[in-house]
Amino acid sequence: MSANQVALAYLIASVLFILALKGLSSPESSRRGNLFGIVGMVIAVATTLTLTHSWWLIVAGIAIGGIIGATVARRVEMTQMPELVAAMHSLVGMAAVLIAIAVVHNPEAFHIPVPMPRGNRLELFIGTFVGALTFSGSVIAFGKLAGLGKHFRLFSSAPVVFKGQHWLNLVLAIVMVVFGLIFFGSSPESQWPPFIAMTAIAFILGVLIIIPIGGADMPVVISMLNSYSGWAAAGIGFSLNNTMLIIAGSLVGSSGAILSYIMCKAMNRSFFSVILGGFGAAEGTAAQGAEQKSVRSGSAEDAAFLMANAESVIIVPGYGLAVARAQHAVKEMAQKLIEKGVQVRYAIHPVAGRMPGHMNVLLAEAEVPYEQVFEMDDINSEFGTSDVALILGANDVVNPAAKTPGSAIFGMPILEAYKARTVLVNKRSMAAGYAGLDNELFYMDKTMMVFGDAKKVVEDIVKALA
Amino acid sequence: MSGTIDPTIINLTVFVLAVFVGYHVIWNVTPALHTPLMSVTNAISSVIIVGAILAAGAETLDFGSGLGGVAVALAAVNVFGGFLVTQRMLQMFKKKERKKEGGA
Repeated sequence: MSANQVALAYLIASVLFILALKGLSSPESSRRGNLFGIVGMVIAVATTLTLTHSWWLIVAGIAIGGIIGATVARRVEMTQMPELVAAMHSLVGMAAVLIAIAVVHNPEAFHIPVPMPRGNRLELFIGTFVGALTFSGSVIAFGKLAGLGKHFRLFSSAPVVFKGQHWLNLVLAIVMVVFGLIFFGSSPESQWPPFIAMTAIAFILGVLIIIPIGGADMPVVISMLNSYSGWAAAGIGFSLNNTMLIIAGSLVGSSGAILSYIMCKAMNRSFFSVILGGFGAAEGTAAQGAEQKSVRSGSAEDAAFLMANAESVIIVPGYGLAVARAQHAVKEMAQKLIEKGVQVRYAIHPVAGRMPGHMNVLLAEAEVPYEQVFEMDDINSEFGTSDVALILGANDVVNPAAKTPGSAIFGMPILEAYKARTVLVNKRSMAAGYAGLDNELFYMDKTMMVFGDAKKVVEDIVKALA
Repeated sequence: MSGTIDPTIINLTVFVLAVFVGYHVIWNVTPALHTPLMSVTNAISSVIIVGAILAAGAETLDFGSGLGGVAVALAAVNVFGGFLVTQRMLQMFKKKERKKEGGA
């Protein structure tokens, strides 16, 4: 194929990638969109194969990688999606680093003249440092999300902080940029030491910037790493003069950035405050300033009675539901209530769960019709006219303290479950949520706590509703 | 003005336009589909496999092409895994046959 034909094929692939993302504007168009993305990828790979000389190594790589990827995709549980996405980001990061090394090793194989032009060297610097950061940062994110903290302290979901860490990170970043500049000005003979040093520091920095971030800030972190993986691809695209990589990388980079922004707004915390970390109590610690206030508690049967006699119920799912894998039981419960003539809706807060859209996928997996599922902005006004708000494993997102100036979570948009006539809260215990705050909702007169594992409690409710 | 344009400038043009397109397309994604958005963008960013293929398929079989081969495998995991897990999730959002489902 001529260079022009290749470029045109890449353009078609790029357009298909854009269409794939456009398809996600609604569930109806989304499946077709995904197909467009797949076709685009096939065109991209097939076109590139015509440019290479020997195929066997490539075919072997695709076969091995493909089998692993397909197997994981089929077997992974929806409750594990955050970990999976984090792990996948790490692979893109590492791929970017390996490609950058290959380019520095043999630029001519990529039609880059030797000595490498300054522009290419700068782009390689960016591609490799973002790639390395993405790799190691994503590995830490994976560990935190998969709950591997007991095996390795750096994977703890509580923030890992130490004195002077921000200064250390700053110094390392500066040193890395210095090496990058040396690489930028180097000749082919002297290029390796600064390149290696810069990449090594980038790997270390990736670990250091993620470890101080606590578990429930992970939605922002994963979105950020998603974004970085896109910029790494775009950086490689610049180095290789490949507009398709630049386009695809920029689409992904923007996507991650926008998701990070949405997550930060939904927590009312600035991006920098999240990234600098140190926020978030370890699971199970007592809430600050918790006096011995009493809560009304009841059984699953009490909850079932209240809901069966209600006209409308709004269910608020949270991370606890994901951990307990209770989504199917919840669907059953909702089914029973609907059969009794109760209106059932679900209210999703943007940061419920550990990644954007997590609750929606869990509910979809449980075959909850998506017409029953509402985003916070659409359903908040309905709590006032609802008989029951059922809170399943959510905490900070329904804490009315967010309306009180001076509170740690003041200003955070919340689901106004406290406006419902009756509030039922399911938690395993009175331990504080992520923000380490007492939740005023629990102490209100109209609130009844139902303690226990979400799955067990919901199953008991189902039995009581029969 | 004289002289041809440096490819970097052309790439920069494409980059800026792509970011604009990305901004508008992504804001139109419905929040319910944010998780499939993350998995599909993962798959799309794995088009970096193209760079890996160029490395792995080079004339001389050496260190560089070895790294390329590994990079091909890593990217392939994401390509297959990303699109397939997205497909799986999007299937869950299909409208089911409604027997007697009230609700909204």
